[in-house]
Amino acid sequence: MRRFVALPLGALALSGCTVPAFGAHKGATTESSSVFHLWQGFSIGAVIIGGFVTVLFVYAILRFRRKGDNIPRQAQYHLPAEVIYTVVPILVVFGLFAATLVVENKEVANPKANVTVDVNAFQWGWKFTYPHTETVVIGQTTQDPTMVIPVNTNVHINLTSTDVIHGFYVRAFNFSRYALPGVLNQFTLEAVKTGNFSGQCTQLCGLYHSLMFFNVKVVSKSQYTAWLASTANPVAFAAAQKTTGQQTATQVPTKPASSHGDN
Amino acid sequence: MVDLITPPPAIIDVDHDGDEGHDEHHGATGILKWMTSTDHKVIGLSYTVTSVVMLIIGGLFAEIIRAQLASPNGTLVSLAQYNELFTMHGSVMIYLFAGPFAFGGLANIIVPIQIGAPDMAFPRLNALSYWLYLMGSITMLMGFFTAGGAANFGWVAYAPLSNSINTPGAGADLWIGGLLLTGFSAIFTGVNLTATIFYLRAPGMTMFRMPIFTWNMLVTAILILLAFPVLTAGLIMLYCDRHFGTHIFSVAGGGVPVLWQHIFWFWGHPEVYILALPFFGMATEIIAVFSKKPVFGYKSMVFATLSIGALSLGVWAHHMFTTGVVLLPFFSFMSLMIAVPTGIKIFNWIGTMWRGELWFSTAMLMALGFLFTFLIGGLTGIYLASPPLDFFTHDTYFVVAHFHSIVMALVLAGMGGLYFWGPKITGYLLNEKFGRIQFWFLFIGTQVFTFPQYILGLDGMPRRIAMYPHSPQWKTLNDWSTFGAILVGISMIVFVVNVGYSWKKYPCGDNPWDAQTLEWFTTSPPPHHNFYRLPQIRSERPTWDYNHPEHRSLAHGTGGTGTHHEPPLANAIVGALEHDQDHDA
Repeated sequence: MRRFVALPLGALALSGCTVPAFGAHKGATTESSSVFHLWQGFSIGAVIIGGFVTVLFVYAILRFRRKGDNIPRQAQYHLPAEVIYTVVPILVVFGLFAATLVVENKEVANPKANVTVDVNAFQWGWKFTYPHTETVVIGQTTQDPTMVIPVNTNVHINLTSTDVIHGFYVRAFNFSRYALPGVLNQFTLEAVKTGNFSGQCTQLCGLYHSLMFFNVKVVSKSQYTAWLASTANPVAFAAAQKTTGQQTATQVPTKPASSHGDN
Repeated sequence: MVDLITPPPAIIDVDHDGDEGHDEHHGATGILKWMTSTDHKVIGLSYTVTSVVMLIIGGLFAEIIRAQLASPNGTLVSLAQYNELFTMHGSVMIYLFAGPFAFGGLANIIVPIQIGAPDMAFPRLNALSYWLYLMGSITMLMGFFTAGGAANFGWVAYAPLSNSINTPGAGADLWIGGLLLTGFSAIFTGVNLTATIFYLRAPGMTMFRMPIFTWNMLVTAILILLAFPVLTAGLIMLYCDRHFGTHIFSVAGGGVPVLWQHIFWFWGHPEVYILALPFFGMATEIIAVFSKKPVFGYKSMVFATLSIGALSLGVWAHHMFTTGVVLLPFFSFMSLMIAVPTGIKIFNWIGTMWRGELWFSTAMLMALGFLFTFLIGGLTGIYLASPPLDFFTHDTYFVVAHFHSIVMALVLAGMGGLYFWGPKITGYLLNEKFGRIQFWFLFIGTQVFTFPQYILGLDGMPRRIAMYPHSPQWKTLNDWSTFGAILVGISMIVFVVNVGYSWKKYPCGDNPWDAQTLEWFTTSPPPHHNFYRLPQIRSERPTWDYNHPEHRSLAHGTGGTGTHHEPPLANAIVGALEHDQDHDA
């Protein structure tokens, strides 16, 4: 019964009035904003179903407390109830799956990108190479490198790993992807606001896993162009290009590039 | 005893020599008797005690982990020690506690008695299982005493982190060896349980008269047989990569690191249900007994268990969405579908309580605590079945919180199982007052330690980090989580104190809970081959039918007095029988 009261409430909430965030953030990219709405949808479902079950559960505990040595009616089956609580969850699952598909297809689509960044993870740091320019940013353990990208632009990321599996995770993008050795992982993101966002390796990668940070700095397009020009460093870039593509664990850059383009 | 000749016999005498059970094997005594025993109750008790010791060891690791995370730059342990600690915490809890406690411990003891069998089908294989498990556990833990320390690549041992370049040292090899041994012990127990349940059921105990716990153990055993050999094969491949120069998981030699994840999770997801199903079964039995009602929707419960088992074999890649190489919607759909049979179970549990007479013993409190905690863990699991939401929460504390809600629910159910079946195994009850105290510490502690982790995960705190210097704002929530972990630790201390305090203090008789299934018909503890006599088995709760012949289960739509399975004549016969002498205690 409660479910039928709550459903229109959920619909109202989805139409965009004041839907609680359920602990998540709206995110700084177009993709993360769809994920955020999916999160809200799932959460509304979880609250309704969880609330309904909790109410039944607490009611049963309070109402059917033992009062004596009576033996209750030994009812074991109630077919209509069993059918309802089988069919309704199946319908809910179809709804959740449909919503998942819509958002997933949007998220994994690879629209035409104007900017490409090659992200290479290694024990224990990150290297951001900008192909067709001469900019490369490398940082290890305590020198959190910064990936600079332009706002309102599709940025194509080519994600690789030199040694073990790492996790490329930016909290503000509501997104993570493994950097796998021997695999080129690609995805596209479009930042919708400028600012500094912190990122971190999420997949256990050895001793200094806890300290494998990086930053993402989203700037205006003109600032981005200016930054690229100011950080071009043919020597470091050539050295970095040379190490990319080699797969052995020993090929970890030993010193950070001088073109650490952070202001 | 009742001498009954009239067919059909309501009581079947299985004590053929008629000497009231003085047929224990003579010979070895003391420790030698224990070491050479093939009695499923002795082996099961050894399993139970060993696995509870493992729970305590794994819990100590958890307390150290939580103490380390109580400050952003925790210095209690080093980064290397921290990696060992969470690896061994996960490994001990998953491999050495949860599974062995359920299918080696309680199932080993209870399943044969529940179906009226004298022992497991292969008693010596059963003993081998235990000794493999004990040796495997010791082997794995010995890693701490090697020069390089214990395994430190997480309990999932992802390649290529687990290869010999990134993780040299004997600790990792001992981890692989220990896991191989316990894996074999699980496989042998799976063989044993399957054979026992298929071939050793008492006359009248048809498949659809088996208690839900036995059904769940059957599905668990089949899942073990399907999943564990894959893990065993994977571990051998990993060992070959480490020592014999193969390149199965290394890119340099043309191998594929992600293959390890496929193999591991092809075992690992069924394993989730290998762990969970036994505890679902325990909660089911406890809720029914303490509601004084039959299991509501018995048949839908069985089919829900079977479909969980089937679906669990097709969802492994949901652990790998963020690899980007297996983004098939199939895995998302199958994972979401598991919510359906799980939901059926939850509604059946509530249906069992509905209009019952709830007796809030410690066992029942634990089962109810299980239900609530499992509901939270189940709902948060639905998010993780959706790839976009998984991208966002994968490898963060949200996942940690999700599966700790689940496993702590299992711990609650397992504790309920100990309070419920402990008296049957030992002949003595545990103290209920201590039990209640333990329950509240465990239940509240569980919520206090998981809830902050959900929020931390959504705020971006990754798993398996020893410090969070850039995010000191996480300290408050981490402190709450640590506080919750301390409450859980106290609950374990209360449990140990309770066992000591109640030692041989409260004799319980055969059926202290007015329970329903066959194990409560025999003595506590049961005699060597479990039964002197069996009641007529005409439903899934023969003991209840025997004790309350006028209160049998009702079919849907029947009125107050109708009977479901039984011709009225049999009712009259059973009703006329006086209770067995063993039965009045």
